[in-house]
Amino acid sequence: MSGSQAIPATHARDADPYKLGRAPYHGAAGHGHGGEPTGHGAGGPAPKRVIVGFGFWIFLLSDIVMFSAFFAAHAVLADSTAGGPSGKDLFDLTHVALETALLLASSFTCGMAAVATEARSQLWTQVFLLVTGLLGLGFLILEVQEFAHMIGIDAGPGRSAFLSSFFAVVGCHGLHVTAGLLWLGTMMAQIFVKGFRPPILRRLLCFNLFWHALDIIWVALFTIVYLIGAGA
Amino acid sequence: MTAESSHTDDESGDVAPGVEGPNIRAGVQGYLIGLGLAVLLTAASFYAAGSGLIWGPGIPVALIVLAIAQIGVHLAFFLHITTAPDNTNNVLALAFGVMIVALVVGGSIWIMDHLNQNMPPMEEMLQMQR
Repeated sequence: MSGSQAIPATHARDADPYKLGRAPYHGAAGHGHGGEPTGHGAGGPAPKRVIVGFGFWIFLLSDIVMFSAFFAAHAVLADSTAGGPSGKDLFDLTHVALETALLLASSFTCGMAAVATEARSQLWTQVFLLVTGLLGLGFLILEVQEFAHMIGIDAGPGRSAFLSSFFAVVGCHGLHVTAGLLWLGTMMAQIFVKGFRPPILRRLLCFNLFWHALDIIWVALFTIVYLIGAGA
Repeated sequence: MTAESSHTDDESGDVAPGVEGPNIRAGVQGYLIGLGLAVLLTAASFYAAGSGLIWGPGIPVALIVLAIAQIGVHLAFFLHITTAPDNTNNVLALAFGVMIVALVVGGSIWIMDHLNQNMPPMEEMLQMQR
């Protein structure tokens, strides 16, 4: 058909969406090495940025799978209060709403930092990363306050299976946020000292993915653990 | 030109998750839309939980639907997961992750629910024996 000869120039980009490797374009032929599917190794490996981003995406998904085990445990144990306080007695939803607002805002400013990085603006990247970090820190302080309050009124992780699973799943998310804050500080220092080098840009991409993934987990957390757990 | 200095890896046919275009205005716009939708869905969640607007037993279902919608918004506008051909790998990995999560959570709840029904707590067992 004449159609196959007309393909090249315009369809060069999405001719074979499944290929991982970068296939060099060989002119007007259209059937040559350009269309080799994944696994044939045509054109060599994909750019490092794509490989690193995809690998980190796999890590995040496995992290979410790990969280799903904590969620499953909490769903199973949510009613096992052993005569102790239940979610209805303990959860302060305005407090949770404030935490949610802080984390959502930090996710947004993190995105703004990514846009500033694309524009190669050192100043705005640092400003938005700093705001992201402060919002994340505020979230963490609120969470520690909540934990301290609960432990103070004898509703610590040892009180009942419900509270054990609550502290496990929320605490695990809190630990992730803590790790994210340390990573964020490291990134700010690295950008300041080294500038926007390719390795730094890749790390920033991964940090952005990590921070947004934390917010996704928090959405599941405030819905399942807090809102449904408060006996809505 | 090295692959790393080019932003959009045009020649590879694949895009890393979380990568958006080099256009600042479009980038900011995308994040703003995402933030607006996320705030709206979060507010709806907290409102639905607190008000008597929804029939009691239906509230958890409504909350879960709202949460899934918000997770979708985050994936689309913050993590830039799209249906474009260059995102096939990312979407396939996500689909696999969702499947495992559904198996773990759904399976646990299913099994433990039946276990609870077949093995009531000790007090109930004693009462049944009387």
